[in-house]
Amino acid sequence: MPSAAGSRGRLWTWLDERVGLAEMEKLVRKKQVPIHRHRLWYYFGGMTLFLFGIQVVTGILLLLYYRPSAEEAYESVQFLMAEVQFGWLIRSVHAWSANLMVAVLFIHLFSVLLLKAYRRPREITWVSGVALFGITLAFGFTGYLLPWNELAYFATKVGTEITGALPVVGHFTLRLLRGGDEVTGATLTRFYGIHVAILPAIVTLILGLHLYLVQKHGMSVPPSVERAGGPRRTMPFVPDFLLRDMVGWLSALAVLAALAAFLPAELGRKADPFAPAPIGIKPEWYFMFMFQTLKYLPSTILGIEGEIVGIVGFGLAGLFLLLLPFLDRRAEHGGRSTIFTWIGIGMIAFVIVLTYLGYTASPTQ
Amino acid sequence: MESTLEPGPSRRSFIDWLLGTSAAAFIVSVLYPVSRYLVPPPAGESSAASVTLPIRAEDVKPNTGQIFKFGSKPAILVRTAAGELRAFSAVCTHLNCTVQYRPDLAEIWCACHNGHFDLKGQNVSGPPPRPLDAYVINVRGSQIVVSKGT
Repeated sequence: MPSAAGSRGRLWTWLDERVGLAEMEKLVRKKQVPIHRHRLWYYFGGMTLFLFGIQVVTGILLLLYYRPSAEEAYESVQFLMAEVQFGWLIRSVHAWSANLMVAVLFIHLFSVLLLKAYRRPREITWVSGVALFGITLAFGFTGYLLPWNELAYFATKVGTEITGALPVVGHFTLRLLRGGDEVTGATLTRFYGIHVAILPAIVTLILGLHLYLVQKHGMSVPPSVERAGGPRRTMPFVPDFLLRDMVGWLSALAVLAALAAFLPAELGRKADPFAPAPIGIKPEWYFMFMFQTLKYLPSTILGIEGEIVGIVGFGLAGLFLLLLPFLDRRAEHGGRSTIFTWIGIGMIAFVIVLTYLGYTASPTQ
Repeated sequence: MESTLEPGPSRRSFIDWLLGTSAAAFIVSVLYPVSRYLVPPPAGESSAASVTLPIRAEDVKPNTGQIFKFGSKPAILVRTAAGELRAFSAVCTHLNCTVQYRPDLAEIWCACHNGHFDLKGQNVSGPPPRPLDAYVINVRGSQIVVSKGT
């Protein structure tokens, strides 16, 4: 060992003695990625992480100009967009990267679901992943309000009002979210705190756990590949897989730059609590399927308010996703669990169809 | 008597109990103030039972509507095509959006989810489950005074 370390120079040896570089290197070299026809899906987790990194960096940059109060928020974003050099770029990249991250996360989640990668011993990896998905949506919801424009104001009003429809805990949750009975500057300050401190702290912990578990268990090989048998081929993570990963990241960065340059984030008009809601109020696209479902529900279902049925239904669907590894007993034992595959496909179809309807159906229906 | 025979385990379980309850009490004493802190204090409910509008009655044209502040909430003042003044809460009964007057339909309309109300505040189509709250209007000279009926 000393001879190997010695060949790397004195600095490497000095650092190795203090932080254990050789052990880290061994760990990195040990990591292998299986090669099979479904390996494309392995790239989406890393892609999500890359976009999250962009969110962290651009988010920190935005913090330097943003002012979290009803009186100053809109003006500070306006200043950032119009006066600060490349302010428009940083904000547009943050907004677009958020959207891409949610999209890639959807793909990551459903590909893991369909490939049954949640099987033993990766249950906790899955549960932490679903938690990260929920936190990402919370990031999106809280971040949307921060520019304090008309669209965001009313979207937040409607979004938080929906939680108020929940039985028993509804009113309490609504007040807790809004920081009062109405969406006001108090809500903005609260959402700001959640967006830039509380959620990042929680994400750091859960993402750390998620990544640790991915390293510990390695990549899951889909049951169909396992059943097919044959020789197992792998490639080293460093450099083979990582370089391929980076091609994806660079492509994502190129797409981001193009989107930010050609379709910069808009600001709209400043929120005015005493102005009528503008036409074309809609949530972010990733909430559209829920929003559209609530529109289709009749006002009462079996004597219960339609909205409550919808909200409780989505809550149960979320719980189902969270507990999936414990419900799908057959996949755990290496069997085919076709029914869970179909439930997964059903969920994807539901999200796509309702999102499509949300953007195309006439608002008078 | 029994406890003196086996002082060890009972003393240990007592200390375990003491430590456990102290730890629990400590956690509660930290979490309680934090959880209370997170819940916003009740806002002083606007006691305004009536408001005098900064608009002169003769300036409100027929078949128009406008939003005004009633306490801390938006309300809408409508003059019907026939010339009658009416006022309602402008908070949509569906999901809390602020409604507006549609002169083309002579209706009060919510843009968020396409809810329609007639000029008596009744929900006539779309998702709103209840009518808008109606207010009482008194015109004193050119002053418009809106109050929360009975």
